[in-house]
Amino acid sequence: MIAIVDYGVGNLFSLKCSFAAIGVDAAVTGDAAVLHEAERILLPGVGAFGDAAAKLRESGLDRVVIEEAKAGKPLLGVCVGMQLLFERGFEYGEHAGLGLVPGEVRHIGEFIPAGLKIPQIGWNALHLVKSSCPLFRYTKEGDYVYFVHSYAGFDCADSTAATVEYGAALTAAVQRGNIFGTQFHPEKSGRVGLNILRAFTEWEGTTC
Amino acid sequence: MITKRIIPCLDVRDGRVVKGVNFEGLSDVSSPVELGRYYSDSGADELVFYDITASHEGRRLFTDILTEVARTIFIPLTVGGGIASVDDFDRVLKCGADKVSVNSGAIRDPSLIHNAAKRYGDQCVVLSADVKRVDGEFRVFAKGGRVDTGMEAIAWIKKGVSLGAGEIVVNSIDTDGVKQGFDLEMLAAVCDAVKVPVIASGGAGCVRDFVTLFETLPGVDAGLAASIFHFGEVTIPELKAELKTHGIPVREV
Repeated sequence: MIAIVDYGVGNLFSLKCSFAAIGVDAAVTGDAAVLHEAERILLPGVGAFGDAAAKLRESGLDRVVIEEAKAGKPLLGVCVGMQLLFERGFEYGEHAGLGLVPGEVRHIGEFIPAGLKIPQIGWNALHLVKSSCPLFRYTKEGDYVYFVHSYAGFDCADSTAATVEYGAALTAAVQRGNIFGTQFHPEKSGRVGLNILRAFTEWEGTTC
Repeated sequence: MITKRIIPCLDVRDGRVVKGVNFEGLSDVSSPVELGRYYSDSGADELVFYDITASHEGRRLFTDILTEVARTIFIPLTVGGGIASVDDFDRVLKCGADKVSVNSGAIRDPSLIHNAAKRYGDQCVVLSADVKRVDGEFRVFAKGGRVDTGMEAIAWIKKGVSLGAGEIVVNSIDTDGVKQGFDLEMLAAVCDAVKVPVIASGGAGCVRDFVTLFETLPGVDAGLAASIFHFGEVTIPELKAELKTHGIPVREV
């Protein structure tokens, strides 16, 4: 069973439905005991980094997620949920993240040429930096996934599994052992996205 | 490279998709769930659902339908219509919407844009503007295009972006339903004024109109249309194939 962490931030319904669509049992939960029991944890996130980080902390589930990730349980952060894996974020002020992936979350405007739209909204092609990353078992170079973001992970080259070209090579996916993150929304990326979720649920623990 | 998006728009009233010409004379077209799935399978990059229901019962039906759509369709869903508060954002996001489009609600209370953006992020807030030429200027209309707000459209859109709107839908009332092409003049003015993604709406009549749109205005990120898709006059695979022929980046499925 996959536990989708419910800490009061939206969009959990689509994630739950996407797991149902690939035949995987998923529970939306704010219960620490369920997170402990789950085989895998999915950390979602919509909205501003600071609000999401504060809510996760208020729920007390930040400590559970960190503890389980450090104990080796597969963890996948999606969108702002991926951003929360980082050490710090700079959306509406500076906020601490979970510190599971080295690096920080900054506004993409600092890194891409002026004139490109922010947020990046839309379907863009993945460049697989680590094509052996377990998330990409069913994914090809150049497959399109759906992005909606103004912020991205930086200073995380060691963990970068995929990038996306948007004026610069922005972090699209990260992996650090059992800890995974996607800046894009696999639950909104059609068949390609469902296959990335499937790969996460099938991963048995050999790191790339 | 990021692709240009093709977005079918479904106006939903009492659980059914409707589409009017110049917002008048609505006619029943199809089931939102069936139509949504058909579009997703044929390569739509996103779906927009506008709730044009006034009644409480209609609103409940709409969220039921949205839930059913989100259960089976895994592409982005934008929801609009009757969004007047952050609670309304919460209601539709819980049913599976990814982005929420504000229009009259933001005209009544512009702080809605800021409050929602602060809570859900800029990228969640889409400012949809119904715009019509009046006395030589672009004027914002409210209440589904019926009420002239007196506000100049470009100034309003810039204000919306400064308050936190992450995306703009420009619906030209002048070209809506006429099927003679998008309102390139109006869209150019908006693209010049803001840096967030701009979605063109109103006026698409054929494949060529989309080619012209993206070739003339590289700043436009997406084309939105309803009736030409609903009535099968243009199919999304043929549209995308034609765009690709013209060197316009698209996602093919």
